[in-house]
Amino acid sequence: MFRSVKQNFEGMLYIFPSFLLFAIFVFYPMVRTGYLSVHMTDFQGNPTNFVGLEHFRYLLEDVNFQQSVKATLLFVLYTVPPTIIIALSLALLANEKVKGIQLFRTLFSSTLGMSVAASSVIWMFMYNPAIGVINRIITALGGEERQWLLNPDTALIAVAVATVWMNIGFAFLILLGGLQNIDSSLYENAKIAGVSYMYQLRRITIPLLSPTLFFVTTVSLIHAFQTFGQIDILTKGGPMNATTVIVYSIYREAFINYNFGFASAQAVVLFFIVLLVTIVQFAVVERKVHYQ
Amino acid sequence: MSIFRSMVTYILLVIGAVIVMFPIGYAFIISFLSGAQLLQGVLWPDEWSLQNYVTAFEKVPLLRYLWNSFIVSFIVMIGQLLVSSLAAYAFVFLRFWGRDVLFFMTIATMLIPWEATVIPNFLTIQKFGWTNSYLGLTVPFFALAFGIFLLRQHFKTIPFELYEAAQVSGVRHFRFFWYVVLPLSKTSLATLGVYSFLTTWNMYLWPLLVTNDEKVRTVQIGLKQMQTQEMATEWGVVMAAVVIVIMPTLLLLFIGQKQLQKGLMQGAIK
Repeated sequence: MFRSVKQNFEGMLYIFPSFLLFAIFVFYPMVRTGYLSVHMTDFQGNPTNFVGLEHFRYLLEDVNFQQSVKATLLFVLYTVPPTIIIALSLALLANEKVKGIQLFRTLFSSTLGMSVAASSVIWMFMYNPAIGVINRIITALGGEERQWLLNPDTALIAVAVATVWMNIGFAFLILLGGLQNIDSSLYENAKIAGVSYMYQLRRITIPLLSPTLFFVTTVSLIHAFQTFGQIDILTKGGPMNATTVIVYSIYREAFINYNFGFASAQAVVLFFIVLLVTIVQFAVVERKVHYQ
Repeated sequence: MSIFRSMVTYILLVIGAVIVMFPIGYAFIISFLSGAQLLQGVLWPDEWSLQNYVTAFEKVPLLRYLWNSFIVSFIVMIGQLLVSSLAAYAFVFLRFWGRDVLFFMTIATMLIPWEATVIPNFLTIQKFGWTNSYLGLTVPFFALAFGIFLLRQHFKTIPFELYEAAQVSGVRHFRFFWYVVLPLSKTSLATLGVYSFLTTWNMYLWPLLVTNDEKVRTVQIGLKQMQTQEMATEWGVVMAAVVIVIMPTLLLLFIGQKQLQKGLMQGAIK
């Protein structure tokens, strides 16, 4: 008995630092966010009076919030599928056994080492209407110069393109790892049977890669819903709120307008969106995913 | 492999590499051009002058920012390694009440997006008086479910007989943890270390919120500032700063790439 008490105590001791920190910086703030979302707050973030679901009711009517939900969903659509398709193509290429392939693997994964801030500053200059390379190329090809980041029609796409580039490195590295885990004898059999590359891709590679694809898709989706840095640097949510994605909207409401209660309501919405995505992914995709 | 096929592979590989590397190479070239050259549309520097780099260090306290980023990333790395490995050790080797529930709760924290909790966290840090301090920039990130999970997976591969033998010969838990488990897990610890350092170095939203003072400001926020302030016209200088900022993480990535890939895969497949 004494031994088991000692064991219990020791276990708790090792767990304690993690759970103390989780309690302060994850569990408490999650509950607190919920609490603030049903209150009005003063500019220091103290709740003043209970308003129930008033913030949420207002969110449903608020044109700005609807715009930010729309921008977020479009942004996810513009970034996640292209990232996965491009990263998968690069991973398939980099999985070929040719000389010097390690160099290409390193190059393809390099954007993983790029910070959002540095990447955004580079793309900001590339999009510069007067001296940026993108307009230079377009005019050289006989096209028209554009104010990529200042035009509501192109701003979100421009930010999305930059984001796809930033995310390629991570998705590539994970997908390449998944490809390398596939048993190579399967390919040798396919070779003997003389099947085409596309057939092999469809019948062997993609099904066996599906757990990895599933993981990358989930992570990319969740990541896309949390986008902030590139918006803050490239567009500040403009022009005309075209790029105000949900996290930017939370940031502006809380830390520029000091409207903590209303911002918390948006944070609650973000939490449920991410939760929903995770659940849907697990429920729907899990059944179709092929585990080895 | 046929010659034709490897030719096609190489061509596609090169095209891929050029596209992926273009923005980085572009930033590098711009960092050697003067403002006047940029306006004229010069595409290639005729001399590789380091003037922009000198100016970057003179105009903003870049060295200070780099140092701050380094310290913050290093502290978070050590903190995450220590806190995560202690918890992972308990989950694998110790029997205690509520172990499964606590492990489930650890996994559950991965479902909560950091951004959804950022408001109370900011207010907490303010209440602690930790704004504009290394404490506020580092401590909230010490506990990491992904890290606990990753190390737990590795600790599980350590033969349990080793643990039992240690128990029989009366070795204390901490000694066993420190002198047996940790040295046997060097690769996983290195993976987690690289991951921690990279993500902390690149962090943006949190340092933006909790610092407004040069003394602790990280280099990412320094970049944002350079770009928004009067420097915006001197793109060459800004790009020189960009190159300086991305250098450490790119190097770390190139050195630790294999490690990182293996580690991230473990999180993906298990």
